[in-house]
Amino acid sequence: MAIEKILKDDATEEKGERARMASFVGAIAITDLIKTTLGPKGMDKILQSTGRGHGITVTNDGATILKSLHIDNPAAKVLIDISKVQDDEVGDGTTSVVVLAGELLREAEKLVAAKIHPMTIISGYRMAAECARSALLQRVVDNKENAEKFKSDLMKIAMTTLSSKILSQDKEHFAQLAVDAVMRLKGSTNLEAIQIIKKPGGSLKDSFLDEGFILDKKIGLGQPKRIENAKILVANTAMDTDKVKIYGARVRVDSMSKVAEIEGAEKEKMREKVQKIIAHGINCFVNRQLIYNFPEELFADAGILAIEHADFDGIERLALVTGGEIASTFDNPESVKLGHCKVIEEIMIGEDKLIHFSGVEMGQACTIVLRGASHHVLDEAERSLHDALCVLSQTVNDTRVLLGGGWPEMIMAKEVDELARKTPGKKSHAIEAFSRALVAIPTIIADNAGLDSADLVAQLRAAHHKEGCNAGIDVISGSVGDMAELGISESFKVKQAVLLSATEAAEMILRVDEIITCAPRQREDRM
Amino acid sequence: MALAFDEYGRPFIILKEQDQKTRLRGLEAQKANISAGKAVARILRTSLGPKGMDKMLQSPDGDVTITNDGATILEQMDVDNQIAKLMVELSRSQDYEIGDGTTGVVVMAGALLEQAEHLLERGIHPIRIAEGYEMASRMAVEHLDHIAQKFDFGPTNIEPLVQTCMTTLSSKIVNRCKRPLAEISVKAVLSVADLERKDVNLDLIKVEGKVGGKLEDTELIYGITVDKDMSHPQMPKQIQDAKIAILTCPFEPPKPKTKHKVDIDTVEKFQTLRQQEQKYFDDMVQKCKDVGATLVICQWGFDDEANHLLMHRNLPAVRWVGGVELELIAIATGGRIVPRFQELTPEKLGRAGLVREKSFGTTKDKMLYIEHCANSRAVTIFIRGGNKMMIEETKRSIHDALCVARNLIRNNSIVYGGGSAEISCSIAVEAAADKYPGVEQYAIRAFADALDSVPMALAENSGLQPIETLSAVKSQQIKENNPHFGIDCNDVGTNDMREQNVFETLIGKQQQILLATQVVKMILKIDDVISPSDY
Repeated sequence: MAIEKILKDDATEEKGERARMASFVGAIAITDLIKTTLGPKGMDKILQSTGRGHGITVTNDGATILKSLHIDNPAAKVLIDISKVQDDEVGDGTTSVVVLAGELLREAEKLVAAKIHPMTIISGYRMAAECARSALLQRVVDNKENAEKFKSDLMKIAMTTLSSKILSQDKEHFAQLAVDAVMRLKGSTNLEAIQIIKKPGGSLKDSFLDEGFILDKKIGLGQPKRIENAKILVANTAMDTDKVKIYGARVRVDSMSKVAEIEGAEKEKMREKVQKIIAHGINCFVNRQLIYNFPEELFADAGILAIEHADFDGIERLALVTGGEIASTFDNPESVKLGHCKVIEEIMIGEDKLIHFSGVEMGQACTIVLRGASHHVLDEAERSLHDALCVLSQTVNDTRVLLGGGWPEMIMAKEVDELARKTPGKKSHAIEAFSRALVAIPTIIADNAGLDSADLVAQLRAAHHKEGCNAGIDVISGSVGDMAELGISESFKVKQAVLLSATEAAEMILRVDEIITCAPRQREDRM
Repeated sequence: MALAFDEYGRPFIILKEQDQKTRLRGLEAQKANISAGKAVARILRTSLGPKGMDKMLQSPDGDVTITNDGATILEQMDVDNQIAKLMVELSRSQDYEIGDGTTGVVVMAGALLEQAEHLLERGIHPIRIAEGYEMASRMAVEHLDHIAQKFDFGPTNIEPLVQTCMTTLSSKIVNRCKRPLAEISVKAVLSVADLERKDVNLDLIKVEGKVGGKLEDTELIYGITVDKDMSHPQMPKQIQDAKIAILTCPFEPPKPKTKHKVDIDTVEKFQTLRQQEQKYFDDMVQKCKDVGATLVICQWGFDDEANHLLMHRNLPAVRWVGGVELELIAIATGGRIVPRFQELTPEKLGRAGLVREKSFGTTKDKMLYIEHCANSRAVTIFIRGGNKMMIEETKRSIHDALCVARNLIRNNSIVYGGGSAEISCSIAVEAAADKYPGVEQYAIRAFADALDSVPMALAENSGLQPIETLSAVKSQQIKENNPHFGIDCNDVGTNDMREQNVFETLIGKQQQILLATQVVKMILKIDDVISPSDY
């Protein structure tokens, strides 16, 4: 008797070996796609969006690449998801996490082909991941006590992160920028306080960190262009016509003169509001919403600098920097905290006029102005800098640091290999496979740099046979070098997140023995 | 299609648009139904037990779910067949009633159907089979009562509860840290449980998840988390001994329900209106301040002006809090939800020892923790995990564990897991079968065989030899007259489930058997399927 169809028409079902095959193939395809971007000599990808204008992005940031892909394979989606989370949580290592998960699955595929049950592989992987983590924990360096050393650690981490990005040419410059910016945050992870302004023109080297705050706005006409000892009122209030908010109110008049009267009253109201604002004794007024011509004129008359339409982030940051609070009513001037800064002036960057607040009270926020040849370069520079800032701010919180350049992978691989030798049963195959997957990362780094990976990794392995070795791949000279001397460091938090998320994702995919795909929802054809 | 003809050879039209419908009758119908039911059971069979595999489900919108929770799998499958839908219902009702064992019940039903098919082939009438099953299920349930054991726990001795929750969690992906999760679940349930009445209101336990971090970071918060932040970025981030005003009215000018118009025709009116508006905002904030509130939680939005006034008066506020969360906050803090400013009184304020805002990761994710509430019965389990799917799956697993803990508080009888209860029932039913004269004897015996299929599936999924293992365990149970022997899924080295601490709740098991039998009876009684034919 024929098996009854139990699923809806377009729904498909894949079972057992086929399901596993589908997820392996999907995951490995994603890994292969992204693995050429790994490491300092990794290549970039061009992404063309299907949206209007076919916008182009050039990047080697794993999360950005994966986010833009349209994927149908469910296993591949799992990998994209972990990369996204890695981006949100620690900001860097988005490529590594996918590559490691992919390598773990590639090894698992071989084991499954050798008739080892996925559950056995999973329990082996788990043991291995735990062992690898403790191996890392033993080797971490924590320079929390020593501020000087810690700062140099941060510098090294920033350089390592940036070296794989477009900024690698000027990595020292940018690393310094990023470290300075993060040190100003004093331990908070709120990267909102660091503003990045992109202005095309000039070269990347011309980028700079500004201690003050730069607002990408113009100063109103006829108002002073430079104010010293500014008192700033930051506001979020309607400065067009101040509407009556009581519901259902409307004006009904029977003659033209009445209209004029009411218009007059409206104007009067606005004038009063402006007077109240002026009564705060300020000489700069920044509003989130529009300021119409009429109030602007009034401000100009009073010699007050009025800045309209600062976006919400700008307002918040400005309030943070100048130490003022965001006001919406102006009746009690004595209790509103005003912001202060030494000088407000209009400056020119490239072709554009910007407003620069310098000598601000609170040192937390700062602005990084990026200059570069084109929008693509700037976008990529921003992403790279963002990665570096994320990693640094996380490192400030969790000060443990590791060496880089494939060193942590080799350390883990060695310990995991040890474990495999001690473990009886089929699990030891899985543990061995885990160590092979770890070694794949330095291999890929070397391959991407055009080096003889087989030779280098073998040398590296031999070097690591000795206790307390600092050997890693020196991509620049193409040999095995001492990572401590070369100053290549990575944050422990990032490495740990890579290890754990990758193992978790691999485990998740391995556990699947059936894929049920529902019929895709019918959409209207927009084409 | 069977057609009736009158004496002139014209067909009688019995059904509307008869020729467009397919119709299955009699044995054909039963066999088709059984095979559909079996197909569903076959999908779930591999997910059973601690070594069960997961299923990956892709929704119509392309979202991926990875789970091994029977109810979830069936819910998300695009099931079209009517009988298959019945199986989905079956698993869902187990989920509502017990919360755990959703896979087991479907596997059990599938096995019963398979046995029924053999009996049908031998010409036994479906109703007789159904009756036999009914008798057998009653025997099995009685036998379960017989072998069940009470076990003691108290607020101080939670170990047995934790053990049971661990059994439930061990079949899920989270089994890496089942111990902490089980402890969290048990503590959560105990803190909301009413041990006098033996009841637990699971609504008081909120399970929240946030992507990022590790599974080990999952924590139990004696209080509530709200996925919101303070309405004004400069409000204080931490409030000690908060008195909370819980409002469902917006900080906005009133909007009367009746249609009205305020006509402005003179300058004076315009001005009075303006003043009134200002006063209105002032009044609202003042009222909150007057009753002594130190935190305002509002279901609606704030006008910019009101927001600033709040900030100005040093009154932190949270806006756009959902209705469900608002209720939870009200329960937890012992406050009342106030729909109008006029009704705000000091007695209606909720109290919490500590309210704080916490931010996560590199993105600007903030959550509000309300802790040390006046009425600390509401708790939140806050899950962290590597990715969205992981968190969803953890949520489902914790839900199962919570249900199990609740069931144990309601009724503290347990049976041992690992298939031992099924094997023991199967032996008892088999022995009882011989005493029945009549055709039902065969059905009862078939029922016993069906019971065996659960431990068989367990063994199969754990990579053991199913038949060898099962027969060994069975003979051991009979020989030593000890119903605690089961399948050693985790390769611990002993078959005694009491030593392995693998329990299941008695009601859960009984419910499984009863529900599965009911559905199978229903399916067996169908002898005619009329459906619109495919076109």
